Amino acid sequence: MSWILATPIIIPFATAVLAFLFRHGPEGRWISVLGSAGLLIASIILMVEVLDQGVIAAQMGQWAAPFGITLVADLLSAVMVVITGITGLAVAIYALADVEERKEQLGYHALYQVLLAGVCGAFLTGDLFNLYVWFEVMLISSFGLLILGGQRQQLDGGIKYVTLNLISTILFLSGVGLLYGMTGTLNMADLHGAVQDVDNPGLLVVIAVMFMIAFGVKAAVFPLFFWLPASYHTPAISVSAIFAGLLTKVGVYSLIRMFTLVFTTDVAYTHTILLWVAGFTMVTGVLGAAAMNDFRRILSFHIVSQIGYMILGLALFTPLALVGAVFYLVHHIIVKANLFLVAGVARRIAGSTELSQIGGLYKTAPLLALLFLIPAFSLAGFPPLSGFWAKFVLIKAALEDGGYVIAAVALIVGLLTIYSMTKIWGNAFWKPHPAGLQPRLSSLPPKDRAALLTPIAALAILTCIIGLFPEPFVQFATRSADQLLNPEVYVQTVLSAAPEVSQ
Amino acid sequence: MELLVALMVGVLVAASVHLMLARNVLRFIFGLVLISNAANLTIFVSGRLTPESPPLIPEGATTPVADAANALPQALVLTAIVIGFGLFAFALTLVYRTYQNLGTLNSDEMRLAEPLESKPSAAKQVAEKQYIARDTTS
Repeated sequence: MSWILATPIIIPFATAVLAFLFRHGPEGRWISVLGSAGLLIASIILMVEVLDQGVIAAQMGQWAAPFGITLVADLLSAVMVVITGITGLAVAIYALADVEERKEQLGYHALYQVLLAGVCGAFLTGDLFNLYVWFEVMLISSFGLLILGGQRQQLDGGIKYVTLNLISTILFLSGVGLLYGMTGTLNMADLHGAVQDVDNPGLLVVIAVMFMIAFGVKAAVFPLFFWLPASYHTPAISVSAIFAGLLTKVGVYSLIRMFTLVFTTDVAYTHTILLWVAGFTMVTGVLGAAAMNDFRRILSFHIVSQIGYMILGLALFTPLALVGAVFYLVHHIIVKANLFLVAGVARRIAGSTELSQIGGLYKTAPLLALLFLIPAFSLAGFPPLSGFWAKFVLIKAALEDGGYVIAAVALIVGLLTIYSMTKIWGNAFWKPHPAGLQPRLSSLPPKDRAALLTPIAALAILTCIIGLFPEPFVQFATRSADQLLNPEVYVQTVLSAAPEVSQ
Repeated sequence: MELLVALMVGVLVAASVHLMLARNVLRFIFGLVLISNAANLTIFVSGRLTPESPPLIPEGATTPVADAANALPQALVLTAIVIGFGLFAFALTLVYRTYQNLGTLNSDEMRLAEPLESKPSAAKQVAEKQYIARDTTS
């Protein structure tokens, strides 16, 4: 059983080692693609197992919980790992044509795989300190990816990314220390019971807020998001895409995990803060996007605004709202990574991501226009695409809970999202190219064209499938939300998954 | 003993916040080093300090003596120190490279990735003119 849980972490690590050894030849990039495909297969096996059994857990090194490190997968963890596999493979294929040889020789593919391993580890661990370690694995490889190439712009963005993320890390670490001091355990399932017996609930709320800030920085919520729009538009497109898709969602995942499993002792206080945060995150993010004039910078601010919706689902803390949050997470990762990939192709054929310097894509590259429209409309929430259902569920949950103001905010932010998407559409696609260039997809070498467009098309089709057949996905999210709100099964599975220790 | 360490953590945090509020990125990094040490001490002290009782199992017994020192926080701190060391090595190199490339350590002057958009750039103006020209001719 334990290998099912461990393979999504082991495969990318092994791939990283191989990719690093073969970094000077063309083998490295194919190893990366193969490894990502392996990760996707391993994650699907995990998913099948979790769908069958509900929650599965394994003790690493045969130390019984709560003393050893537990790997545990419930439906939320499993679906996040599957999505990591999907985006990981898509971006690995895209990177075949996107990442220059010089960056490959510096170890791009190895860093990329370590990043995937860190993300999967963070989704699968059941131990708080182990979560910290996975965050660090993720962080150090993302540092490397962000500044790989060493352009001045990248270094500038890198400084802000590195410093602010390190602060969040230290807050997280202090929170772990204090929580351990109060409860004497670091196993998340064990913490669920231990926090009920704490004799100083006030201090527990303080620690909860510390975790909120630490994960809030990672998730890029208001007012802690400034590192994201400062850095996400500077690295290679593949790096932007995987960051945009996965990294902030690890923060959101950790928030959801901690604030459904552990910090539920004072929901009225903590989740009200989260509700305000959600509202402001949505609004500031979308206003920032409306003010930008660069393809990737608009998209970066949209990440912030969309994070608000997921936090909204957590903050409302009703079954339906959590269904919305889970659905939104899955939908958003696919759509956002895809939009960045489209931005990369636009840059390749039109020469820039600065909207004033490109244009004419609709006339000469209609396929790319279509591939942009699908995720863009999905992000804005047009039926019948995946974003519509995600927003629909969340707003319905807000209305049912009596949160009319927050529902109105969510709807207005949706409108403003369309506004900034039309800005990209008008400038990059409808306006003629300012330099008179006629950007065509056929100007790309056929191999590159295949490597760039296949992942975009695949992700776009996935968005359409979720949008056209939302029923199984909503059912899945409902089951997952049910697990999150009733963590007894999770707790029991972890604590009883003790291996038979020979006496 | 706990009180003493707690006070020390407080002083360290105060000093590091002071350092981190500086515009100089290098001072900021030094602040980070200090505050990470404060975090490590927090973990250390939250395991309760029990001087002069090492977590050793007496001969013949299977469990340590009743009020032996807690070994787990020390393991955690050790891990955190190692990770922190790697991160700061990276951060210092990054700051050095940035200084070499940008010629400044003042964070206010680091606006390359996010240029101030008070006036439209030259390229943008040209583009707009062309756009308008095209519009009027057609």
